[in-house]
Amino acid sequence: MSEVRTLQIDGKDVAARSDQTILSAAQDNEIGIPTLCHLEGLSDVGACRLCVVEVEGTPKLLPSCTTRVEEGMKITTTSERLVAYRRKMIEMFFVERNHICAVCVANNHCELQDLATRLGVDHFDLPLMHPKLPVDATHERFAIDHNRCILCTRCVRVCDEVEQAHTWDVAGRGAESLIVSDLGTPWGSSTTCTSCGKCVQVCPTGALFEKGRSVAEPKARRPYLPYLVRVAEREQ
Amino acid sequence: MSKARLATMWLDGCSGCHMSFLDMDELLLEVLGKADIVYGAFVDAKEFPEGVDVTLVEGAVGSSEDLRKLKMARERSRVLVAFGDCAVTGNVPSLRNPIGPKAVLESVYLEKPAVNPQIPSQLVPELLEEDLPIHAWVPVDLYLTGCPPSAARIYDCVKRLLDGEPPEAVSEAVAFKFG
Repeated sequence: MSEVRTLQIDGKDVAARSDQTILSAAQDNEIGIPTLCHLEGLSDVGACRLCVVEVEGTPKLLPSCTTRVEEGMKITTTSERLVAYRRKMIEMFFVERNHICAVCVANNHCELQDLATRLGVDHFDLPLMHPKLPVDATHERFAIDHNRCILCTRCVRVCDEVEQAHTWDVAGRGAESLIVSDLGTPWGSSTTCTSCGKCVQVCPTGALFEKGRSVAEPKARRPYLPYLVRVAEREQ
Repeated sequence: MSKARLATMWLDGCSGCHMSFLDMDELLLEVLGKADIVYGAFVDAKEFPEGVDVTLVEGAVGSSEDLRKLKMARERSRVLVAFGDCAVTGNVPSLRNPIGPKAVLESVYLEKPAVNPQIPSQLVPELLEEDLPIHAWVPVDLYLTGCPPSAARIYDCVKRLLDGEPPEAVSEAVAFKFG
């Protein structure tokens, strides 16, 4: 059973349950910590490191989404050092793959783009990697563009934990990692995918998207028209 | 008080940022009250002049000619602004980087049906290996993101710079967004 823990976040005394994470305790007290791989309803894995905080007595920065509260903890969620690290993380996401906001399906609806604005990232000092990455558009309704993927694994988790299909997984190591369906076979030929689209809904960027929505793709559904006319005539 | 000297430069970009500059509409009169435009796509000046106060550079650096012009602008300008996403990140022109210039030229000039298929080698500048943001080559004072940056944001930045605010202060005061 969980017990009560008392701690300080940004100088404010707060109480939390012993099974709560620092992030959850901060959110309960309306203290905003930037997050990216975290999503309410999914397990936390600490993949993006954006939610790191300083804990007194620990030289390391700790991810608040996977660190449990402890009695007497003194936590800082915003400092010059933390902001500098968070900006660098955003920058690393951008330079690692080909994030071209202007021509991305998620432009203006992207958590990475929003965080760059929020944290004041207006250019990248690190060199752009420009990797050559594939796009898998074999699925009838959806597609995955690895150029936009930040490996947050929200899709992997939602597919496993909520839809319980476990179509997605991570292959490879480090920057070379790729999200793969069914052990690295084309998404369209997946025997486990239920086409539920949950992965598309949780993707923070434009990596997973619904087909038919981007430039020049939408198709009009005119066959409905004769039907509507006939119904209208009958009602007169 | 003498007027400030404002310049623009158009490198590897679509000119959309220059178009957005024109979208300032009546505010252009205010900008032109503070500064003369001494070089760029809006005026007929052949050479980039000396002693420019603020230069807005649109576009990434894709060719040897882009690089020559950029270096000249940097040398002769007090404040150099990366004007729009192509100048700031490489943006759309940098989409060619994963494939390289050779494959791009062959695809455009040789593989597509053409009357006289050949890769141009005269009168056009050589493509650089990668299409890069301008700060990969020269120091930049302010990054004005956006594809294109809105007229309101261009006005905000240009006005502040012409009023003598240091670029770091402008960068702090104005919210920027990619895309």
